[in-house]
Amino acid sequence: MKQRRAYRSFVSYIDRSREYYAAHGYAQPYTWACHDDAPFAPLEKPLSRCRVGMVTTAGRADSPLDKDGRREHRELYAMAASPAPARMFTADLAWDKAATHTDDVESFLPLSRLAEYAANGRIGSVSPRFYGVPTDYSQGNTSKRDAPKILEWAREDGVDVMLLSAL
Amino acid sequence: MCHQTVSLAARHLEENGVPTVVLGSARDIVEECGVARFVFTDFPLGNPCGKPGDAGMQRSIVGMALDLVERAWAPRTTVQTPFRWDSDEWRDNYMRVDDSNREALARAGDERRRRQSEKKAGR
Repeated sequence: MKQRRAYRSFVSYIDRSREYYAAHGYAQPYTWACHDDAPFAPLEKPLSRCRVGMVTTAGRADSPLDKDGRREHRELYAMAASPAPARMFTADLAWDKAATHTDDVESFLPLSRLAEYAANGRIGSVSPRFYGVPTDYSQGNTSKRDAPKILEWAREDGVDVMLLSAL
Repeated sequence: MCHQTVSLAARHLEENGVPTVVLGSARDIVEECGVARFVFTDFPLGNPCGKPGDAGMQRSIVGMALDLVERAWAPRTTVQTPFRWDSDEWRDNYMRVDDSNREALARAGDERRRRQSEKKAGR
């Protein structure tokens, strides 16, 4: 449907969160990662012969919780992708809890949907493990501590293509 | 913050030869960070791979990610999925700041800082 608007349609979370935390009295805004360049690895073989992995920011359903119902720590983990987990822990992450829910894991970690594409031959296989990356304010922790470990696991599992889904 | 985390992880994988696709709903965060391939679904944060209970939509979004990894020829390729949320109210409501909640947010911030300083002091 054609419409006319005097503003962009999609929400700017950088603007929104800066104003939100400023209203909480945090004077110093968070500075987000911003790159001029973006690395690009081309696909080297047909997708029908590729093993596909998935990365999520959700935690394991059995994560130990503190008295406020938050995870005691957000862990980096690798977990069996089959059977796909029925539940994941998302309560302490910032997503729109008023508008939606995360009770259907496939809505943010679609391992069963991916397995269907393996079954019909669109992809070669699903990685035997998926990978959990902790959401971290520290960009250094993500880039220097967590991402190299995910790469290591991906290589151990023979992953050719990685899908990464953010809550 | 989740979108920045997966974007940074995707960049590391790409730098080391693993093709990636980011699936997300916070377009600005992913595109400012700069990733190779991005499937954007304009939904409230939480369901970047399709509505809960809608396996057909989820299958379609995953399928678009697979198509993208085959067909993108340059980094920063964003594809927006054709799906829309049932209403647009969430756009203004998420992290809303206006005269109706400004005082409450300031109090919440004070309370949070108080609790954090207590925690730091080991009380």
